[in-house]
Amino acid sequence: MLRVLVFLLLLAVPAAAEEVVAGLSQNRISISTNFDGSEILIFGAVKREAVIPDEPLQVAIAVTGPSVPITVRRKEKRYGIWINTDHVDVDRAPSFYAVATSAPWEEVFRDVEDLRYRVSIRRAIRSVGAEIAGSQDFTSALIRIREANDLYQTNIGAVNLDEQTLFSTSVRLPANLTEGDYEARFFLTRGGRVVDSYTTTIAVQKVGLERFLFRLSRDNAVMYGLMSLAIAIAAGWGASAVFRFIRN
Amino acid sequence: MQIYLPIAEVSVNAFLLLGLGGGVGILSGMFGVGGGFLMTPLLFFIGIPPAVAVATEANQIVASSFSGVLAHFKRKTVDLKMGTVLLIGGLIGAALGVQIFNALRAIGQVDLLVRLSYVLFLGIVGTLMFIESLNALRKAKKTGKPPARKKHGLVHALPFKMRFRTSGLYISVIPPVIVGVLVGILAAIMGVGGGFIMVPAMIYILGMPTKVVVGTSLFQIIFVTAFTTMLHATTNYTVDVVLAVLLLLGGVIGAQIGTRIGAKLKAEQLRILLSLLVMVVCGKLALDLLLQPAELYSLGAAAGH
Repeated sequence: MLRVLVFLLLLAVPAAAEEVVAGLSQNRISISTNFDGSEILIFGAVKREAVIPDEPLQVAIAVTGPSVPITVRRKEKRYGIWINTDHVDVDRAPSFYAVATSAPWEEVFRDVEDLRYRVSIRRAIRSVGAEIAGSQDFTSALIRIREANDLYQTNIGAVNLDEQTLFSTSVRLPANLTEGDYEARFFLTRGGRVVDSYTTTIAVQKVGLERFLFRLSRDNAVMYGLMSLAIAIAAGWGASAVFRFIRN
Repeated sequence: MQIYLPIAEVSVNAFLLLGLGGGVGILSGMFGVGGGFLMTPLLFFIGIPPAVAVATEANQIVASSFSGVLAHFKRKTVDLKMGTVLLIGGLIGAALGVQIFNALRAIGQVDLLVRLSYVLFLGIVGTLMFIESLNALRKAKKTGKPPARKKHGLVHALPFKMRFRTSGLYISVIPPVIVGVLVGILAAIMGVGGGFIMVPAMIYILGMPTKVVVGTSLFQIIFVTAFTTMLHATTNYTVDVVLAVLLLLGGVIGAQIGTRIGAKLKAEQLRILLSLLVMVVCGKLALDLLLQPAELYSLGAAAGH
């Protein structure tokens, strides 16, 4: 009997001593005509069957938007004017990235764990074929520009952690959001090592008129173009008619 | 009131767009320019992606030009025959321009080319118009009547002569077609209707009377920009109809007001104002090229896609 119990315990411990049980206030974001950004509440609890260890538990939550390759260009002064000269192609840069932690970065992640899970913004961006000297400057610029637009966010200490069990944070999604599946990743760490992680998706989708127009422009481009022109002509004629009516 | 644009994928203030459309529409109606050379940079400035701004602007110019040209038809200041000749050239030019644009985009310097062509053409056109109009205004003050501009040059020596009754001209069709082609190319590359080049070209190269020039230019612009809109909508999917509707709501009303203001001003005054406006935009763009930008880096869609 005791042997069986010990065996079961051994089996359970390495798999999941502590587990994330997570939730989102919404797992679907609808982009409608009056969409002006959105705030999602992310919360959860830590499920554990053992005693709380001495080392403090930390939580990190990362929300990643769909990735697209991007070109970063640098201007230089040539012949008296500022023109684009060097460029670096970044293979994978998320269109949106927000990471929130419950403590200063060094206490949450060791560098090796960050490298493995690609949690910090710098690691979430990948540029392999970058051969130009100082391509670091280009990725830094990419991060700087996107941070200025609220597209990349690092919120140190933004995760509230109660009794090493309950956690919550909120992530602000800006208005200029791209459609696609957003990934929410949860990390539990102790002493900088990841003890458990969990991933879920948030579907960001255009709805209603937005969706109709977007689909039409892609699926039936000629029709869409003609519709745009018809609206333009009608508006031009309408305004002219109204003004003639007012004058007479 | 914030509104999300489905193609541009950004959220902007609807009243800001209406205001921009209205302001540019007034200028468009006054001077017979589509207003694209003002609106396109303004759209960049409020954060609309450049590709969407250029394509949508073409659609919006269709509306404001159509509204403007109706007012000109009422006053019988449209030379349909000349407009058609210019249009044939314009369509050929626009098709060529799109090819050149795509070739340059492959090299990756299209942004610089667009800016340089803006500075160059706005600078030349603005300065020439300003000097000429100033001289004309001075002469008009001295003698009390506008100077006669009947000259016999190359325009009259070429073959294929045609009578343009509304403009009071009997000239070869070759110069108007060439003007149309050149403006069409520039219009496609710079993402504008091309009125700011077309108007001076009609006055100084073809020798058309100023009052007819505005209406005829608008007439021609409608078709060239409609053609450009279709090209963008079917190849790049960058026409944002929601953005266009907001801009043109303001734009068509503005164009109506502008046409009426334009009718009250003297031709020379109108040209001096237009030349000043052109020079201001040119100066702004030139400064952007000469001064060190705050952010040296810029993001773009990956090359080769």
